[in-house]
Amino acid sequence: MTELASTNALRATMDAYYRSLADAALRKTAPVAWCTSAGPVELLRALGFAVHFPENHAAMMGAARTASRYLPLAHAQGYSQDICSYLTSDIGAYLAGESPLKAYGLERAPAPDVLVFNTNQCRDVRDWFEWYGRELHVPVVGVHSPRSIDDVTESDIDSVTRQLESLVAPLEQVAGTRLDDARLMAAMRASRDAARLWGTCLGTASARPAPLTFFDGSIHMGPAVVLRGSDDAPAYYRTLLAELEQRVENRVAAVPGETLRLYWDGMPVWGRLRALSTMFAEFHTAVVASTYCNSWAFADLDPAEPWRSVARASLELFIARSEAPKERYIARMVKFYDVDGVIFHDCRTCPNNSNTRYGMPGRITERLGIPTLVLDGDVNDLRCFSDEQARTNIEGFVEQLTDARGATSARGSR
Amino acid sequence: MKFYAGVDSGSWTTKAAVIDEEGHVLGTAVTRSGADLAAAAERAYATALANSGRTGDDIEAVWSTGFGRNTIPFADGSRTELDCHGRGVAYYLKGPLVVIDVGGQDAKVIRLDAAGHRLSHRMNRKCAAGTGSFLDEISLRLGIDIGELNALGRGATESLELSSFCTVFAGTELLTLIRSGKRPADLAMAAYRSLVKRIVSMDVLEGRIAATGGVVAYHPIVVELIGAACRGEVVVPPHPQEIGAFGAALAALAACEEHDTSDTAELVQP
Ligand code: SF4
Repeated sequence: MTELASTNALRATMDAYYRSLADAALRKTAPVAWCTSAGPVELLRALGFAVHFPENHAAMMGAARTASRYLPLAHAQGYSQDICSYLTSDIGAYLAGESPLKAYGLERAPAPDVLVFNTNQCRDVRDWFEWYGRELHVPVVGVHSPRSIDDVTESDIDSVTRQLESLVAPLEQVAGTRLDDARLMAAMRASRDAARLWGTCLGTASARPAPLTFFDGSIHMGPAVVLRGSDDAPAYYRTLLAELEQRVENRVAAVPGETLRLYWDGMPVWGRLRALSTMFAEFHTAVVASTYCNSWAFADLDPAEPWRSVARASLELFIARSEAPKERYIARMVKFYDVDGVIFHDCRTCPNNSNTRYGMPGRITERLGIPTLVLDGDVNDLRCFSDEQARTNIEGFVEQLTDARGATSARGSR
Repeated sequence: MKFYAGVDSGSWTTKAAVIDEEGHVLGTAVTRSGADLAAAAERAYATALANSGRTGDDIEAVWSTGFGRNTIPFADGSRTELDCHGRGVAYYLKGPLVVIDVGGQDAKVIRLDAAGHRLSHRMNRKCAAGTGSFLDEISLRLGIDIGELNALGRGATESLELSSFCTVFAGTELLTLIRSGKRPADLAMAAYRSLVKRIVSMDVLEGRIAATGGVVAYHPIVVELIGAACRGEVVVPPHPQEIGAFGAALAALAACEEHDTSDTAELVQP
C-alpha cells in the first residue's frame, strides 16, 4: 500500500478540530452541540456551536479496538447486543468515564448543551441521544425523517424543511444568539464545497490504477463528516485532490500491482481496517469505492435555498432510500468504477447500513452479471467478526474472480 | 511419471493426498489437527506418502488448503478450501454443480459452472450450526461416541424436530426431550434433520449436488437427508473427506503444468 502524503495534513486538520472541541468543552469558548452524522450541522455551525459527533467518537473506539471494553457496560444496562454497536460503545465509554479524546484533555466526550439528531439514517441515533438527554439533563431536538424512500417527493422535502426551520428557535435559545443568514450561507457554501471536492477525490479512483482505496477513504472522509460547514474541510480536500490527481497522472497505484477492483457496500469493520487493507493489497486487489465513503458526497446543497436543499440532501442519502434506488445506485457505481465484484458487509448490529438482508447481493449479481460476496462482521463489535472466516471468504472470492478472468494466478506460489 | 501432494489443514482434522500427474489418487491420510497444525500436516503428509508407496523426493510440489493453509512450512503454494473442494469434485463430476461441504467447524456451498469454475460460494456464519461440532455436541448429550450416531439414527421411528439451530439451545432442547421419554434414536435423527435444515437454507440447491467433507464421509444419513430436502440426487465423490487435500494436489499439478508451458513458451520465442 502506498501511503498518501496528505495524511499529515489530515492529521493536522483533525487535530485542530478535536482541540477546538476540547476548548469549547473545557474553556467554554463555544456552546457544544452533539449531532448525528447526517444532522443539520450547517445550522449548528452558523449558530456558533462546537459540534461533536458521537458516531465519529464511536468509530474512534472501534478503530482503537477499545470498543470491546465498553460494549458490555452498555449491554448490562439492558441494551441488546444486536443493536448499533456505535451506540453501545459510546454509552459504554461514558459509563466507564473514558473517551478516545483523552489525548486532547477530555476525560469524557465534551459535555453537550444540546443534542440534535436526524432519523434519516436510523432510529438508533434518537434513542442514543435521548439516553444522554436523560442522563445529562440536556435538551434533545431533531428531525424525524421518513426512511426507505423510493423517490424523494416534494411533500417529504416540505416536511423535513419545516422540521429544520422549527429547530432554529430552540437552538438559538441554547446558543444564546440569533441565527445570522450570512453565517448560514457561509456554512452552506463550505459544506457544499467540501462535499463536491470529496466526491471528486473519490471519483479519481475510477482511474486505473486507482490512486486511493475504500480503506484510505474511510480515514480521509473525517473532515467531510466532522467539519461540515467549516472552511477547514474544503481546504483539506483541495490538498488531497491535488495529490490524487497527481497520482492519477503519474499512474501511482494505491495498491501496487492492482489486478482486481472491488466495490464495498456497508460499514467499515473499524477494528480491522488496516488488517483488511493489508490483506487486499496482498491479493493485488484494490477496493476502489464504497457506498459508505460516497455517502458524504452530497453536493446539491444550495446556499440560496438552505432549508430545502439540506432537507433534500438528507432525504436523498443512500441510507434513507428503499431497495430499488439503492440497487440503481450500486449499479451506477459498479459501472463508473468498473469493478470486478462487490463485497457486501453484513454488519451485525446495523441493519440500516447492511444491504444484504433483503436479497440485494443476489439481485446485483443477476442484474449486472457481477459476482458478489457477503462478509459477516460488525462496525465496532469484533466478536461478530471472524478473522479466519473473513480471510478465507475474501481469498476465495479473489481466486474466483482471478480464475474467471482466465488470468494465471500467481497467488500462492511462494 | 510425476507426483504431487496436497494437505488440507482443517480446524479438526488434517488430510493429505498424493496423486500422479493424471490426478489418480495414490494414497491419502487423515489425522487430528490438534493445536500444532504444522506437526499434524507433517504427520498426515508422511502417512499419505507411506500409503502411496512414494517418498517426499518423488513429489514435485505440495500445496496446502484449509483453515491452516498458511501455517504449513513445507507447502509450495496454497489455495482456499473453497477452490480446492470445487477442484476436487470437478475432477470426478461434470458441472454445473452445487458442492456442499460439511466439515468439523464450517459448512460451505460452492457453485461450479459447466467447466468447473466457481460461480459463487457461501460459508456458514460464525456459528457451529450446520457443522460437525453440532453433531459432536449432540453425541455428548446423548452419551454416545460420535461414531455411533449414524447407526443410532437409523433406528428412528418417530419424527421429532429440534426447533433451534443454535448448538447450545439444541443441546438443552434435547435434554428436555430426553426427560420427556423420547428415544435416543429419534433424537439422533432429529439432530441430523436440524443440521441438514441449516445447510439447505444456505443457498438455492438445485441441479446436480455433490456432498463432501468429514461429516458426509461418516454420516451417510446427512447425504440422504440433503437428497430428500432437495428432491434430487446427491452424489458423493470418492474420498469425500480428503477431497480438499486432493484438490490442493490438483492445484499443485496445475501450477507446475502452467509453469512448464510458460517455460516452454519462453524457449520457443523466436
Ligand atoms: S446507521 Fe447504523 S451504525 Fe450508524 S448510528 Fe445508525 S445503527 Fe448505528
